[in-house]
Amino acid sequence: MVRRLFCACEQIHPMHDKPLSFQGLILKLHDYWSRQGCAILQPYDVEIGAGTLSPMTVLRTLGPKPWKVAYVQPSRRPADGRYGENPNRLHQHHQYQVILKPNPENLQELYLGCLEAIGIDPGLHDIRFVEDDWENPTVGAWGLGWEVWCDGMEITQYTYFQQVGGLDVFPVAGELTIGLERLSLYLQNKENVYDLQFNDEFTYGDIYLANEQQFSAFELETADVETCKRQFADMEREVPRILAARGRQGQPLALPAYDHVLKASHLFNIMDARGAIAVAERQSYIGRIRDLCKMCAEAWVASQGGNA
Amino acid sequence: MPQLLLELLSEEIPARMQANAARDLERMARERLLAEGLLPEALKTFGGARRLTLVAEGLPERQPDRHEELKGPKTSAPDQALEGFLRKTGLSKDQLVEKDGVWFATVHRHGRATAEIVAEMVQGIVRDFPWPKSMVSGVSKLRWVRPLRRIVCVFDGEIVPFQIEGIPSGDVTQGHRFMGSAQPFRVKDFDDYAEKLQKHHVVLDPEERKAKILEEARTLCFARNLELVDDAGLLDEVAGLVEWPVPVLGDMDPAFLDLPPEVIRTSMRVHQRYFAVRNPATGKLAPHFVTIANIAAKDGGRTIATGNAKVLSARLSDARFFWNEDRKVRLEDRLEKLKGVTFHAKLGSMYDRVQRIVSMAEAIAPFVRDDDATRSKAAEAASLCKADLVSGVVGEFPELQGIMGGYYAEAEGLDPEVVDAIRHHYKPQGPNDDVPVQSVAATVALADKLDTLVSFFGIGEKPTGSRDPFALRRAALGVIRIVLSTRTRLPLKQFGSDDLLAFFADRLKVQLRDEGQRHDLVDAAFALGDDDLVRIVARVQALGEFLATDDGANLLAGYKRAVNILRAEEKKGPLPTGVAAAMTGQPAEEAALIAARDAAGASLSAALGNEDFVGAMQALAALRGPVDAFFDKVLVNSDVEAERENRLRLLANVRDLMGQVADFSQVTG
Repeated sequence: MVRRLFCACEQIHPMHDKPLSFQGLILKLHDYWSRQGCAILQPYDVEIGAGTLSPMTVLRTLGPKPWKVAYVQPSRRPADGRYGENPNRLHQHHQYQVILKPNPENLQELYLGCLEAIGIDPGLHDIRFVEDDWENPTVGAWGLGWEVWCDGMEITQYTYFQQVGGLDVFPVAGELTIGLERLSLYLQNKENVYDLQFNDEFTYGDIYLANEQQFSAFELETADVETCKRQFADMEREVPRILAARGRQGQPLALPAYDHVLKASHLFNIMDARGAIAVAERQSYIGRIRDLCKMCAEAWVASQGGNA
Repeated sequence: MPQLLLELLSEEIPARMQANAARDLERMARERLLAEGLLPEALKTFGGARRLTLVAEGLPERQPDRHEELKGPKTSAPDQALEGFLRKTGLSKDQLVEKDGVWFATVHRHGRATAEIVAEMVQGIVRDFPWPKSMVSGVSKLRWVRPLRRIVCVFDGEIVPFQIEGIPSGDVTQGHRFMGSAQPFRVKDFDDYAEKLQKHHVVLDPEERKAKILEEARTLCFARNLELVDDAGLLDEVAGLVEWPVPVLGDMDPAFLDLPPEVIRTSMRVHQRYFAVRNPATGKLAPHFVTIANIAAKDGGRTIATGNAKVLSARLSDARFFWNEDRKVRLEDRLEKLKGVTFHAKLGSMYDRVQRIVSMAEAIAPFVRDDDATRSKAAEAASLCKADLVSGVVGEFPELQGIMGGYYAEAEGLDPEVVDAIRHHYKPQGPNDDVPVQSVAATVALADKLDTLVSFFGIGEKPTGSRDPFALRRAALGVIRIVLSTRTRLPLKQFGSDDLLAFFADRLKVQLRDEGQRHDLVDAAFALGDDDLVRIVARVQALGEFLATDDGANLLAGYKRAVNILRAEEKKGPLPTGVAAAMTGQPAEEAALIAARDAAGASLSAALGNEDFVGAMQALAALRGPVDAFFDKVLVNSDVEAERENRLRLLANVRDLMGQVADFSQVTG
């Protein structure tokens, strides 16, 4: 506490102080984006492959309404599971997702402010915006932007959304996606994700090693492909059925329908991790998910969700 | 004379687009200024990470006054048409002129102020700019490569006022994103602009950025007794990623030097945009790298060097993982996986393609080197040459295809010629790439390209105009270069259609033209129906040399004269056939030409039999004197029919004799 009275040094050279813990990093980001007017949301509660896929991004960036959110999204990538034995490959990592719609003119400056807030000094580090055209075929989305490099490491995916679900995004939404584990390894100068300080009490391994071990075994060995296939077909049938129904206000049920798309997408990822998707089938599965997603996006835009 | 300064400041422009954007800006401005009668004395543009800049020197203050002739309706047209035209031009009927039944009006236009034209021009250029990909941002409908932030437009010291989708033009710009004050500043003209940018840590000219990078990077290396590995493509790219380039030398864990050097270099270049560094004594890679930072950091770049080294370690650890895993699987055992890799929808899988390359290699081998070992090694190499496509390293770095296959084949202990053939079978990949000359490697490299050509021609995918999506031109040129450097007598007709043969002729023409040969001579040699490129080229070379001599040029003239006479006579009735004979009382020149014909005929067939084209040309050269003398003294169209027929036969004999060497009718001049 005494040190805090002389806190100027912490502001100028935070890297020389005790580095931010994993949870400290999230808190700093929450604090910064909250001050920019973002709603700080809780992670979405369906298995999701990336922060972008949350309905809080996919559906909410569509339509004319402004939108400002920031949230952490645990992101499941079954094929990347390594039983907790690889220092930086994980079945589930965490993405920090920021959406500002319409993107303000000074989004780049806001972003750089966020880097300073977590202790990355642009006078000391080499920050670069390197072309990267982002595309996610499973949700029919694309945008232009960059991967942001800090001393040669990609720390952020920065995108101006142009289309989602095959529909134009206008006003344009700016998206920032930060891989939290990778950034945290960098800030804490660690090689192994399990050695990260989660906070003063726990390491990342204390909390997530068991998950990695068990889910890797499940997703790479134990998951039943036939069950997944059947459930995928169920989800595929459910989406149009749900969309055909109407809510009390006469709207199509785009949000619940989209949850089923997410479930289908996760089932596909598990089958893929099990090595059960032949190369020739791959495009067809991705196309089926994209079609489902498009139906939800159109229903969302056509109904109150997109316009009100 | 007034100067125009234009700067379009945006968020970071992809490096690969900057040079083209600068060229497009220059072209569009030049075209549009010229169309308005405004001719700048000099026009220059610069592309960089955040700005496109144009400076035009010596523009007039105003457009010159112009007289324009406008075409109106026909005089026979209804009155309304004429009235409309008069309204449009603001003239009365007696001011019009009639030409060939059409009304013309001469309109006098006052030149407009250049600034006014510039304002329209910039708006038009921004609207029509041909970015390969563009986007909108925020609530603006303006399309640009990334959000456009500021426009500087100053003409003759004054702001040219306009706005584009809410962005006003002005005289204020910004310097480097991180260095200096980062405060916007005002500019008066180009010199002021360039000087202030420099002060605000922006090197405007990409050539200057490149020079700065090279010079400083080399100095850094030199100080540590190291040498920078030059890479022109990488230099172009990094010069577009930074506004204030500062090379930083970093260290790599020397343990990674056990990876193939191509893997290290590719990982550095593709993933990290680093320059590799070598030991000048051994020429081998040294455990260092040079990254080009965008700032002169407060700590002299220590943090940047350490951070980058850490990232490189992670990258190379990944590469090592793939490299180790890849060598656990034999190339042969990867073939099955190629069935799942589509080569082309109409041409089947990569596995199917490998089968075709194997058959092709077996068919070609005897022409390259006729022994069993070449054939069986070529077949083995062909069957394995695509297996690395499903390896981990090639999955990560597609540009290492072939090279990795070579390493894996080597690790398996395969025959060195097979290893070499797998490694080099994509060569030559461009005009500056070298050609595999060892017979097994040459066979597989030829088979790879011929299969590509035969297959795509087979499904009608021929290159058209600038469209050549399957790089068939490069493949054909590769075949030509390998065949010529290995002197392989490959009868191309056995492998491809007439279409493909014509395609080869075309490519050969381009190749020979680039070497300074006359392309009409290629036609003259191809017209004989030969499909042996080695022979064709020897013929073309000898022919070129012959036609450059006095004898050659004169004989060609004689040939054309003979052909013209024969063609004219043919119209009157069928030409006599057979061999012209000695006749009593014929002029001495006719008898001499008959003798020369026989002598040349004998030496020509001997020379052609040995493919001695220089000898063949010498044989023809002996005809020049007798042919000239014949045309000089002898009248072909004699009143005596027997004489006329004999002389026509003689001309036809000479024509046909020459025709054995080349089709001289295809030779121009």
